[in-house]
Amino acid sequence: MNTLMRLKELRRYPSALVSLVIIGLLVLMSIYAVVRYPYSEAVRLWRAGEVVWLENPKNAAPKWINWFGAGQPETIKIQSEQSKKTVENLSGGITKTTIVMPFDFLYNNFPSELAVFFSPNFVSKPPQVVMSWRTPDGREIPLVTRIAKTEERYLLSGDPAVQKKLGRVPEEGLFARPDAPQSVLKGRYELILEIYNFEPNSSLTAKFVVYGKVHGWAGTDHLRRDLSIGLLWGAPIAIIFGFAAAIGISLAQFIISGIGAWFGGWVDIFVDRLTELRMILPLLPILIMVGMLWSRSIWVVLSVLLMFGLLGGTKTYRAMFLQAREAPYIDAARAYGASNFRIIFRYLLPRLIPVLIPGFVLAIPSYVFLEASLAVLGIGDPILPTWGKIIFDAYDRGALYTGYYYWLLEPAALLMLTGLGFSMLGFTLDRIFNPRLRTL
Amino acid sequence: MLENLKRLSSYFAVRLALVLTTVVIAVYLIIVIANMGGYMDKIRENEIRDQVYSSILANPELKRLPEGELRKILEQQIEIRKREVGLDKPFFQRSLNYLMRGITLNFGRADVLQSDTGSSQVRLILLERLPHTLLLWGIADILIFFSSVFFALALSRRYGSIGDRLVVALAPTSTPPPWFYGILLILVFASLLRVLPYGGFVDAPTPKTFIGFALSVIKHMILPVLSVFVSSIFASIYSWRTFFLVYSSEDYVELAKAKGLSPRAVERRYILRPTLPPIITSFALMLISLWMGGIITETVFSWPGLGRLLYQAIQQTDTPVIVGANVIYGYLLALTVLLLDFLYALLDPRVRLGAGKGA
Repeated sequence: MNTLMRLKELRRYPSALVSLVIIGLLVLMSIYAVVRYPYSEAVRLWRAGEVVWLENPKNAAPKWINWFGAGQPETIKIQSEQSKKTVENLSGGITKTTIVMPFDFLYNNFPSELAVFFSPNFVSKPPQVVMSWRTPDGREIPLVTRIAKTEERYLLSGDPAVQKKLGRVPEEGLFARPDAPQSVLKGRYELILEIYNFEPNSSLTAKFVVYGKVHGWAGTDHLRRDLSIGLLWGAPIAIIFGFAAAIGISLAQFIISGIGAWFGGWVDIFVDRLTELRMILPLLPILIMVGMLWSRSIWVVLSVLLMFGLLGGTKTYRAMFLQAREAPYIDAARAYGASNFRIIFRYLLPRLIPVLIPGFVLAIPSYVFLEASLAVLGIGDPILPTWGKIIFDAYDRGALYTGYYYWLLEPAALLMLTGLGFSMLGFTLDRIFNPRLRTL
Repeated sequence: MLENLKRLSSYFAVRLALVLTTVVIAVYLIIVIANMGGYMDKIRENEIRDQVYSSILANPELKRLPEGELRKILEQQIEIRKREVGLDKPFFQRSLNYLMRGITLNFGRADVLQSDTGSSQVRLILLERLPHTLLLWGIADILIFFSSVFFALALSRRYGSIGDRLVVALAPTSTPPPWFYGILLILVFASLLRVLPYGGFVDAPTPKTFIGFALSVIKHMILPVLSVFVSSIFASIYSWRTFFLVYSSEDYVELAKAKGLSPRAVERRYILRPTLPPIITSFALMLISLWMGGIITETVFSWPGLGRLLYQAIQQTDTPVIVGANVIYGYLLALTVLLLDFLYALLDPRVRLGAGKGA
């Protein structure tokens, strides 16, 4: 068919090839997202709050910033089960287990937080832990003594007692060089736990987490969530939303314009008035109102958008249909007695599909950005992670003031890429299918 | 001449009537949507409650009554008032009542928000914000219109030049809305370079002199205007350049050139004249999308206009203000359409001279 032949012309335009590569990558990203994190899993991880993500650093930048020589620490986790253990029997049935948890810290910057996760196992007398710290240059610093009553996360870096002892925040004080307090002493550190068990079968396992300042390829947000899940899942949502809205609205307006132009008379006037009504209706404020008063679900927004699409056609389609209905082959169809329905759907509409395609492709990114706009106003979908919602979180938490630029720039870059991909393709299709632009 | 004027005014009167009808329908739709959750009823009920409370509590004799009795009288009065204004009538009747109030922006008191002068009247709050919005978007729109026409004409003269190809290549950058560029511009100019303010309308201790005030406002306007400008300039230059190119290959343009008219005269009389009406139409569509985008752009820049008001109303779930903002945006869009209709009528000889039939 003619339309397909013309689509092959796309190969002649480099910008079209670039845009097809971008769209292809987005589709691959969407497939990967859905396979790697199935829908329910993604929603659970995204909505679970800090509990699931306790071992991730807060507001960590993506790892690749270290390629530019940032030297930011990564998160280090040490399990007590894998560490060297010595057991000593003391008098009165008390046993003392000493666990040395060593790790190499070779970064230029201090870690962001330090925490020990305890999980005790006892009947009535909880084990007691004495913690101390050994630096690479051999200094030993006593930290605190704790009674491990429950499964707990002890935030060492937030302990005021330790801070008072060191004279500065623990995550810096414990790692600073004695001669130059603003720089990190690199080398092998040790966290030493002396565990006193008061029952024969009681025990304690611990996990020490040195929170870094970088995490994964995307970084984390204020809830320690791995941004990569949100960024990955943003792709299928953006594409499905943009595609569904664009195809629904373009097709509805196309068909309605065609019907109005074919019947003429009062049908045409009615459709034309509806078109003008739609122009005057403040779409975004109405969507905001719907989001506020009914539901924030992305599917409700999509349905309202589609209903808007049913309000009339567009002026451009109408003008083209008015021209097309005078074509001789339409007269021929009328002459052999084709019904109105048959003429509209078999002859009139198919003829203008080439005009529909570029408009449809150009509409996709505008709906993607519409969703992002709603999210940035704080009325994004309550469940799904979207790029707009990540931008909102970043903006709302003052990423612009505090310098967490990656948080804002990553979703923005993906949105921009999506926008450019579809609109470059749309502009090229416009030049191919729009005869007046063909020579330009 | 008089004939022309008559034709023009009758065309304009028809358009005015049509647009007004459309506004009424639009406001009605907004109200129906808002009342799907019974929100219009709630707004009205709260208003009545306020009135009854203040009238009863102003009465010293009633005030002395015990708590329980006073409450009973209050509830009775509210019920009576509700019946008086027809809150017990079917929805269709109530909706017509709301329509009247909607058209006159009479939404009673805001739940939380206040105007700078301390009033809670929704109408006052809305009207107080309006000038800021008009100032920002008026300047941005005028800037975009004239620079687009200028560059589009310049490029259509140099079809295929590097500048021309650059604009064609850059046209897709107009897909993101202004707020998107706004965030990036804040990041660069406010956060990294620290040369322009993050947002706001005027410096914190308001400058005393008029000139100081104006300069401060201009400083705060640079980034928002720039973000609107960047987000629409390339696409409008691209599409208008195409209009100019299409029209400059018409036969009558060739004839005018052959007659030996100067390129300027050809441009003004034979290219610009016939292209302006479609350009005005495309400008109208752009304006409408810019009004909408303004809500978030103003929010991002903390510009104290209608858009930011709407955002604040969302944050504090102030329903009367949200519905009121919807209506006032409807008015703004209608006025935009009407203004451009008027320009269209002035520019299009078919309307002016009545050669074809106007709308």
